[in-house]
Amino acid sequence: MPSETTRDLTVGLFVLAGLAALAYLSIQLGGLTYKGPRGLQLHASFDEIGGLAPRAPVVISGVPVGEVVEITLDEDLRARVEIDVDAALELAVDTSASIRTSGLLGDQFVALEPGGEDELLGPGDTLSFTESALNIEKLVGTLVHDTGLGGGE
Amino acid sequence: MLRSAVERLGTRTLGSIGELGRIARFGGRIVSRSLRRPFRFHRIVREAYDYGVLSLAIVCASGLAVGLVFGLQLYYVLVRFGAEETLGAVVGLSMIRELGPVLTGLLVTGRAGSAMAAEIGMMVATEQIDGMRTMAVDPVKFVVAPKAIALTLSMPLLSALFIVASIFGSYLVGVRLLGLEAGIFLASLESAVVFDTDIVGSGLKALLFGALVALIATFRGYTTGRSTAEVSRSTTSTVVTGSVCILLADYIFTSLWGF
Repeated sequence: MPSETTRDLTVGLFVLAGLAALAYLSIQLGGLTYKGPRGLQLHASFDEIGGLAPRAPVVISGVPVGEVVEITLDEDLRARVEIDVDAALELAVDTSASIRTSGLLGDQFVALEPGGEDELLGPGDTLSFTESALNIEKLVGTLVHDTGLGGGE
Repeated sequence: MLRSAVERLGTRTLGSIGELGRIARFGGRIVSRSLRRPFRFHRIVREAYDYGVLSLAIVCASGLAVGLVFGLQLYYVLVRFGAEETLGAVVGLSMIRELGPVLTGLLVTGRAGSAMAAEIGMMVATEQIDGMRTMAVDPVKFVVAPKAIALTLSMPLLSALFIVASIFGSYLVGVRLLGLEAGIFLASLESAVVFDTDIVGSGLKALLFGALVALIATFRGYTTGRSTAEVSRSTTSTVVTGSVCILLADYIFTSLWGF
C-alpha cells in the first residue's frame, strides 16, 4: 500500500486521464463544441439528398471547408440542408452546391462550386444552384428502359 | 413426483424474486445512507485507488489488444468489399457503443468486483461488521457505500480509457502495419461518431454497469455466511451474476436507447 499522498496523487492522475479520454471521445470524435456555429451558415435545397447525413463534409475542389449541420424538409417538401463553412471563405452568390459520393458506395458529401459574381454570400443565405444526389438505381432503371435491355420489345 | 417438481419450481421462483427485492432494498439503503452526513470523501478516494487505479493496467492492456486484433480481422473482411477506408468508423463505433463498456464491465467485475465481495465477505465472516454495529458504526455507510460509489464512478473513466486504447490499437494495425492512410482512418472515425447518441450512451452504459457490479459485489459480500467457504462462494457468485447481468443489461439498454 503506497503512502497516503502518493495514493491520492495516483487517484487524481487516474481521474484526469479518464476525463481526458472522455474529452477526446466527445470533442474530437463526437464533434462536441461549445462555440456554437463557427463559420458561415448557408442553406441549400435539394430534390434528392440520397444518404447525406449531418456532419458530412463540405468540400471545394476536394478540400474540406465545413460540414453539414442539419437536414430538414422545407415547405415545398424538398430537402433543406444547412451547412457550416469556414467564415474566411469569400463565396460568390452564384456558388452552386452538389451532392457527390466518394467512390461507388462511399459516403456522401456536399461539393461547392465557386461562382464568378462580385457579390458575396452572407450568413444565412441560400444557395440557389443545386444539383441532387445521383441515384444509382434510378440511373440503372433509365438505362434499362432507354436501351430496351429490359426485354419485351 | 410431478407435483413436487412443480412445487420446487415455485419455491425457487419465489426465492429468486425475493432475492431481487433484497438486492434492490440493499441498493436503496446504500444510496440513502451515503446521502446522509457526515460525508467521508477520503474513503471514496481510497477505494477509487483500489478499484479504479489498480484496474487501469488490465483495462488499457486489454483495450489495446482488442483494438489490435479487431483492426486486423476487420481489415481483411472490409478489403473484400473495397471498404477498408471505413475501418476507423467500424472499430470506433463498435468500441464506443458496445465493446468498450461491456468488456470494461466484465474486466472490472473480475478484477475489482470479486475483490470487493471477498473483502466485505471476509469482514462478515470474521465478525468485524458485527463489531462495527456494536460500536454504533453503520457498516453500510462506512464500509459498503464508499466502495460502491468508487467503483460506479470509476467505470466511465475506465471505459473511456479502454475505448481510446482500442482505437489506438486499431490505428496501429490499420495505419502503421497495413498501410491505410492516417487521415482517412481518422476522418471516417470522426464523421461516424455522434456525441448525443454514441458518446453519451457509452458513458451512461458504463455508469450503469458500474452501479450493477458494485451493487451485486457489495450485496454478495454483505450477505456472506460466517465461514471461509461462504466467502469463496460469494466471490464466485459475484463474478458469475455480475457478468450475466452486464450482458443482459447491455441488451436492454441498447434496445431502449436506440443507437
